[in-house]
Amino acid sequence: MTVLLFLVPLALILGFVGLLAFLWSLNTGQYDDLDGAASRVLSDDDLGESA
Amino acid sequence: MNAPVLDHEAFVTRGKDGALRFDAAIEGMTCAACIGEIESALRGLPGLPHARVNYTNRRLALEWREESFDLAGAFERLRRMGYRLRPFQLAEGEQEEQEASKRLLRCLAVAAFAAMNIMLLSVSVWVGQVSDIDASTRDMFHGISGLIALPAAAFAGQPFFQSAFAALRGRRLNMDVPISLGVLLALGMSVFETLAHAEHAYFDSAIMLLTFLLLGRFLDAAMRRKTRAVAANLAALRAPIACRLSPDGVETVVPARQLRRGDRILVRPGERLPADGAIVSGASELDQSLITGETARRAVSRGDIAYAGSLNHDGALILTVEAAGGGTLLDEIERLLEKATAARSRYVRFADRVSQFYAPVVHIAALCAFVLWLLLGASIHDALVTAIAVLIVTCPCALALAVPAVQVVASGALFREGVLLNAADAIERFAEIDTVVFDKTGTLTLPHPQVVNGAEIDPQLFELAAGLARSSTHPLARAIAAGRPDAPMVAGATEEQGQGVRAPWEGEEARLGSPIYCGLETEAAALAPLDPDVSVVAFRHGDRRALFQLRQMLRPDAKEAISALLREGFRVIILSGDRPAAVAAIARSLDVADWRGGLKPADKVEQLEAMRGDGRKALMVGDGMNDAPALASAHASMSPVDAAHLTQAAADAVFLGERLSPVATTLKVSRRARRIMVANLALSVLYNAVAAPLAMLGLLTPLIAAAAMSGSSMLVTLNALRAGGAARVVSVAARADSEAKP
Repeated sequence: MTVLLFLVPLALILGFVGLLAFLWSLNTGQYDDLDGAASRVLSDDDLGESA
Repeated sequence: MNAPVLDHEAFVTRGKDGALRFDAAIEGMTCAACIGEIESALRGLPGLPHARVNYTNRRLALEWREESFDLAGAFERLRRMGYRLRPFQLAEGEQEEQEASKRLLRCLAVAAFAAMNIMLLSVSVWVGQVSDIDASTRDMFHGISGLIALPAAAFAGQPFFQSAFAALRGRRLNMDVPISLGVLLALGMSVFETLAHAEHAYFDSAIMLLTFLLLGRFLDAAMRRKTRAVAANLAALRAPIACRLSPDGVETVVPARQLRRGDRILVRPGERLPADGAIVSGASELDQSLITGETARRAVSRGDIAYAGSLNHDGALILTVEAAGGGTLLDEIERLLEKATAARSRYVRFADRVSQFYAPVVHIAALCAFVLWLLLGASIHDALVTAIAVLIVTCPCALALAVPAVQVVASGALFREGVLLNAADAIERFAEIDTVVFDKTGTLTLPHPQVVNGAEIDPQLFELAAGLARSSTHPLARAIAAGRPDAPMVAGATEEQGQGVRAPWEGEEARLGSPIYCGLETEAAALAPLDPDVSVVAFRHGDRRALFQLRQMLRPDAKEAISALLREGFRVIILSGDRPAAVAAIARSLDVADWRGGLKPADKVEQLEAMRGDGRKALMVGDGMNDAPALASAHASMSPVDAAHLTQAAADAVFLGERLSPVATTLKVSRRARRIMVANLALSVLYNAVAAPLAMLGLLTPLIAAAAMSGSSMLVTLNALRAGGAARVVSVAARADSEAKP
């Protein structure tokens, strides 16, 4: 059962990283405009001419 | 005359790091493609590093550092592209609500993370219980669960702990008290049991409980925030703007809030007064229907006092701003409003009423279990474990979800119908209504006058008159223009203040204005005695002439809406500040037997108090400033979106569009929501009736607790989804005409 000593902390660390990533995305305002984000992905004005 | 300069600087806020920030609500943004269009138009501007559109809220945020950036230029650029911007400042309330909702989401994330990981360990233990887990592995799993659960609960449980603590300090009980107690006891006992190498620990129950409850609260907050954002945009688009005159005659447009006592302001025909003031020069007629409900106009001239919210009809006025001195109408309204709002706050929310009864019962049951087990000869430890198990399993998880979940779904349904809720407990109060009280002016009738005899007028002539009317700001001219919205504008029109507009057309002069201005006074005089509420506007083009009759008309579906309410068994009453004769006519045409006219704000409140005394629960629907105290003192209240600011703030809900049907829809949705709330509470009680005896018998294992808790929460949530079904599909029409309005 010693494998648990690795696997349990590993599972926890991975989960914790996910949690931190979520909190980071929340704090940087990525959930402020969900409808806009959904449409922005379709606009291709980041290609080619940038003026 | 130079175009007035809009003083944008008044709206610019300075951030902590010195950057300047400007927020605006955008009108005219119809699709997602507009995001790119607006942003790329602004990207080219010098000195503006940051411009971002928020498509969800229809808002634009600009941030810059250099003073050289030309904000007015950016405005102009977007205006030419067809977008109208209105400076926007986040209201105090909305800011707080955003913070609260973010905090809930943060708590939810932590709780969900903890719940998932603890469940991972718990499931292993449960499976191990029937197979071959050894005691040391189980202890280790319990220990790890505890290490995750304790900090997570300390963070994620704060919203509940704080609210429970506040309630206890005020010597009240709310739903959060049993929740906090259950969570804390479950955690405490689990720690003890883990240290004692026992078989069961309840970390999973405690954290799962928090997760479910936080989910419910977050959804509730998110819905409220969305409603609030739409309402704030509407408010920004209609925010009072004032034209301030500096001593040397320069006109500056400023937000009305920034007017100071002694400022001189210019109010053109067709504009509403942004502040109370004394008239310095000019003479005009004021439409005060938004303030008093009276439809007859009041003639004012130099030296008269005029109130904010009055619509200026005929001539430009210059006023000196005055804070309303004691004894004016507005002071009386403020005073009544304060009193009425205090009376309203006595209402206790449904969920809190239930929990006042529920919490003692649960605590007594736990105590009984403890005492009984002791008497039956169990050890103190075993008796205590049983008592705590009772508290955990009866912790009002489903109960606390039962009401908010229904509220979320119902307010979402109302939102789609064009009804924006102001108060969280409004749905409960709407459901109890048995009497509907309407104001007349602006509520049963549309706020703007309309052409009555459009069908009798030669269409070609109407078109020409409407084209001419478009160049005038006079309220009656606007009404004629609105009668033929597609009419092309007539070029070269000149307006003669207080009389009318004229323009050359096909070699002859066309005139639109007062009957005297067009030489039609005898014909107009013949019409006058027929209906005292009608305003007559004359039109003449050579020999061709027409008399437009205008009056405030009923909302397009007023008759159906009222008769639907009567059919459903509501008592309908009209209380108006207008002349009794005018109210009588409206009441007759709507088949409403109960009506009163000529009421002052205090009289309306008195009538509503009398109804309350008779045990009736009244819904007040009104738009005028004079209705605000009545709205606040009624059991529940609604106002149309064109209502005065003060009035909207006092109302529980605001409805969009020209139709009156949202009133009936709101009552219907709320009643259905209330039925589902009761059903949900019954479900939770049923669950407790099964689970609590199990716990009292000492048969409750963590597995059963987890299954029962999530099962009942799920059931209650699924049941709540039915609350959205009541709304009919009238929203499309209602929303279309609300969006078409300027």
